[in-house]
Amino acid sequence: MKLATQNTNSFSVQKMIQEKKKRKSAGGITEKIMPYILFFTAAVSVLTTIGIVLTLIFETFLFFDAVSIKEFFTGKTWYPFSETNGSFGILPLVMGTLKVSLIAAIVAVPIGLASAIYLSEYASDRTRRIIKPILEVLAGIPTIVYGFFALTFVTPILRDIIPSLEIFNALSPGIVIGIMITPMIASLSEDAMTSVPNAMREGALALGSTKFEVAIKVVLPAAVSGIVASIVLAISRAIGETMIVAVAGGSTPNLEWNLTGSIQTMTAYIVQVSQGDVGYGTTIYYSIYAVGMTLFVFTLVMNLFAQYITRRFREAY
Amino acid sequence: MNLINHDSVVKRMKPRLSKNIFSKWIFLALTMFILLILGVLLYRIFSQGFGYLDLQFLQSLPSRKPENAGVYAALIGTMWLMAVVAPVSLLLGVGTAIYLEEYAKDNWISNFIKVNISNLAGVPSIVFGLLGLTVFVRALALGTSVLAAGLTMSLLVLPVIIVASQEAIRAVPNQLREASFGLGATKWQTIVRIVLPAAIPGILTGAILALSRAIGETAPLVVLGMPLFLAFLPRTVLDSMTVLPLQIYNWTSRPQAEFHALAAAGIIVLLFMLIVMNSIAVLIRNKFQKRY
Repeated sequence: MKLATQNTNSFSVQKMIQEKKKRKSAGGITEKIMPYILFFTAAVSVLTTIGIVLTLIFETFLFFDAVSIKEFFTGKTWYPFSETNGSFGILPLVMGTLKVSLIAAIVAVPIGLASAIYLSEYASDRTRRIIKPILEVLAGIPTIVYGFFALTFVTPILRDIIPSLEIFNALSPGIVIGIMITPMIASLSEDAMTSVPNAMREGALALGSTKFEVAIKVVLPAAVSGIVASIVLAISRAIGETMIVAVAGGSTPNLEWNLTGSIQTMTAYIVQVSQGDVGYGTTIYYSIYAVGMTLFVFTLVMNLFAQYITRRFREAY
Repeated sequence: MNLINHDSVVKRMKPRLSKNIFSKWIFLALTMFILLILGVLLYRIFSQGFGYLDLQFLQSLPSRKPENAGVYAALIGTMWLMAVVAPVSLLLGVGTAIYLEEYAKDNWISNFIKVNISNLAGVPSIVFGLLGLTVFVRALALGTSVLAAGLTMSLLVLPVIIVASQEAIRAVPNQLREASFGLGATKWQTIVRIVLPAAIPGILTGAILALSRAIGETAPLVVLGMPLFLAFLPRTVLDSMTVLPLQIYNWTSRPQAEFHALAAAGIIVLLFMLIVMNSIAVLIRNKFQKRY
């Protein structure tokens, strides 16, 4: 009850009516229990987070009963499917993820930033109204479609250019993930740049700057927190991306700096194990949780970092 | 008295201007490049899959022979998935949004819930699969059922619905609430009869976008262990099922070109569903959204 009246006690008429109603009947039950029911639904999202963390921690602990923490973090081979005892060093999987994300960033950051600058500084309103929805379409395409595109289109083209490229490689999924996250960088950075006040642009133009100089020397620095946050969020998306690498990346975890050979990322390993018939309770079964935990920590740190940047370096005008 | 050296201005101006023009075309070209990729992607998929797309493809169960295979089981599975995800995520999402916007005080609990929602939105979808595997498939013993998949997907899309509903509820002007209170309505009556009807277009738009995310996701369902290849239809929510993205994944990971063409045809069906849903969302947004 206290909750329900808290926001409304400024309306004294309503208070009087409510008091009268209370005297009359017990019809106010809905009024009383609704806040609690709604609070319960709000708690579900918190419970989900707690569930994720607890699940990962518990199953990871079971994994560390069989494999030492030292081996997991420093071991240089990941070969779980051995008859006797597999080796569980996560570095090769992390390496696969890093390679793919790095290629994705190299593709997505320049293109995304260029589109953001074009849309916010050069494009007319009409052009922007056409291009932005198309970028949203690109962002809404399911990742399995991108995976199919990587395997059946990008890989064959790349193999024509680089003959030594294997069918499963790091390059093709990396490029396609880059295409996938470009709309995210473009639209979030464009939002950040549009919110830079026009007075700053006009000031720079009045001093004789060209449009390019305004974009690079005035707008870009003023919007830098939003731009960096968008890039960090996009890379975190790339790290967690699953289907593209599962389809086009292969299943050979390795630590080499080689982009043309088959790799395996953390996400692709989880998919590989889930698809096979690995028995419940085996070390391999628990290993997907340990890998999932590592992935979760990676993305969480990056998301928190992005939030920190937006809060800490936001320029308020 | 010549304060400005005209020659040096002319000399410096030229490269600056040409740099300006040049960079404009570079930015435009890169923007067009990404649009071109979208065009190529759609063209490739249509030219590969169109030949397989006919009534027989929509009405057949999957088969080992590509010419007999179809998406019927996956299509029905996707419908089942939507039938679970829509009510569950809508109830939880709208409830959360009402609580946060109408009831919650500005204290650490509601702040914590808000921070938690924005972080939940950044968790990779495959991690939701691991949660679903432990909680729904194993602990609650739902197996690879429609229900387990639906609940996992509901949690995955929850942040999308919450944020959309919050924005819709926040956009309802306070005068409406005050008028309702002034006429003697209680808080809950005001929410149900005034706030929600005014917020429904925004909530529906968010819900449809969330649903279209749910039917396109593959990774969490693979982790749950959902079958990629299933030759029967689910009858209850406790039966096993497969969905379109899983079927597409299954066909994509086979080496034969015929199955790749089938995958492309499946993608056309999936994209068609997404386009229809998004058009409905845009329609609702344009038609019913009032501006106060």
